[in-house]
Amino acid sequence: MTINEIQDELIEEFELFDDWEGKYEYIIDLGKKLPKLSDEYKTEDNIIKGCQSIVWLHAYMNGDKLIFEADSEAIIVKGLVSMLLKVLSGHTPEEILKADLYFINRVGLSSHLAQTRSNGLASMVKQMKAYALAFQTIEENK
Amino acid sequence: MLVENRTDKATMLDIQKIRADFPILDEKINGKDLVYFDNAATTQKPLPVLNALANYYGHYNANIHRGIHHLAEKATSAFEASRKTIQKFLNARYTEEIIFTYGTTDGINLVAQTYGRAFLKEGDEIIISAMEHHSNIVPWQMLCEQNGCVLKVIPVNDDGELILEAYEKLLSGKTKFVSVVHVSNALGTINPVKYIIQKAHEVGAKVLIDGAQATSHLTIDVQDLDTDFYVFSAHKLYGPTGMGALYGKKELLEAMPPYRGGGEMIKEVTFEKTTYNELPYKFEAGTPNIADVIAVKTAIEYLDELGKENVAAYENELLAYATEQLLKIEGLKIIGQAKDKVSVISFVIEGIHPQDVGVILDQQGIAVRTGHHCTQPLMKRFGIPGTSRASFAVYNTKEEIDKLVLGIEKVKKMVL
Ligand SMILES: Cc1ncc(COP(=O)(O)O)c(C=O)c1O
Repeated sequence: MTINEIQDELIEEFELFDDWEGKYEYIIDLGKKLPKLSDEYKTEDNIIKGCQSIVWLHAYMNGDKLIFEADSEAIIVKGLVSMLLKVLSGHTPEEILKADLYFINRVGLSSHLAQTRSNGLASMVKQMKAYALAFQTIEENK
Repeated sequence: MLVENRTDKATMLDIQKIRADFPILDEKINGKDLVYFDNAATTQKPLPVLNALANYYGHYNANIHRGIHHLAEKATSAFEASRKTIQKFLNARYTEEIIFTYGTTDGINLVAQTYGRAFLKEGDEIIISAMEHHSNIVPWQMLCEQNGCVLKVIPVNDDGELILEAYEKLLSGKTKFVSVVHVSNALGTINPVKYIIQKAHEVGAKVLIDGAQATSHLTIDVQDLDTDFYVFSAHKLYGPTGMGALYGKKELLEAMPPYRGGGEMIKEVTFEKTTYNELPYKFEAGTPNIADVIAVKTAIEYLDELGKENVAAYENELLAYATEQLLKIEGLKIIGQAKDKVSVISFVIEGIHPQDVGVILDQQGIAVRTGHHCTQPLMKRFGIPGTSRASFAVYNTKEEIDKLVLGIEKVKKMVL
């Protein structure tokens, strides 16, 4: 599936919830299901700045696809992170760089999450795009 | 009348009437009634304070100490009246011992960069405590980098109290300055500052007390404390943001070099030499925060009308009730169980990150603070990344505390 197809699917799933509780229970559930990041990647360098709780992000190339793995101490953030991974992980650096993440607004997350957490999410997206740019440059110079 | 003549202290205040003075309490958050429990971060402002601000801008806005026209005179006298009110509020001996600042942080930086740079030298020791707000750590670290002073830290016990024996061991002839918090923002602990000051003076050290969290709960008497400096912020005292005051003993303020240079703080300027204005103006360069200075007088008067003792008694009742109710929640642990506390409760819930607590409570209209509360070394001391903190003010109620308890139960149900 393309990045936009995945986003559209998420938007559809969120349309099923008519109250905040359902929405948050879903996000918490995603957080619980996200596999733990192996301890060797929970390094100082992999910590994303700008989040109230610690978020680790690890990235590597698999063929021409960029793979992300991530984790957080806080379960709601972990659920949000899981959504970002679902949307962006496993695509080429180029696709990731071009991605417009409209789902964040469409599922009502920017308004449903306090400012600081939205900012944390924004730092995460920024960091993912930074990895995409870095790997794209490496690939081009090969 | 907000105060009824009844003997039972805690019920002397008409809380519903007080609540009506705070328009923000009518706000709906996520469709729910706002429950505002983040008072240690900043309190809400009563109508008289809002009116004082509007009245100044609407009727006598003018720059102070400069013009001779009617508005300038009126603004100047309101501005200076506020200084008098703060003098009385802290029981300072002289009006000129009150320096307007933009808050606690500003006051501490002022003292570190003037008294500290002028009178402390390499090898001199500065004592702070493990429960300081970053604003009472970083300015001293900056000073240490500048002049080679050494920072020493009073440790904290498991209940969140300063270990006084350790403090006494740290004191020596090398100790030149002690800067500690009166009331901890993260734990609510009230520190025995009078004793701390007395011990510091015995070795000849000067003392600054960070009163940011104390002024809205306790009666402050700087002469009785015999403190050299005392700082606070108006916004934690039902007053406006970006305004605060530094109290300093007159002889110290006189001996200290000025902080920022500019207008107002000078007597005469030539390109060869400038002579500085006298106290308090020496430390008040530039056009000050006139409106907010004027409005803080109203905030203090508001609190005085309620009666600080009545407020403290009521807040203690809220604290006792909340402590009792919260401890009934399985897995909840209160961080900071000092014998002397103000109405601040920091807690952690087993298996749940404080941020998740904050997000889900927010969905229910309940505002608490989550995180490290600008006290990272203290969080490290307790081995936790942070806490959730509920802090109560005079307009809070037991019904709101019940909502918090239900709210936390919901957090547990959703997350665990
Ligand atoms: C104990 C303590 N000290 C200092 C400060 C800093 O106050 P301000 O940000 O108003 O300068 C605070 C406020 O959070 C505080 O709680």
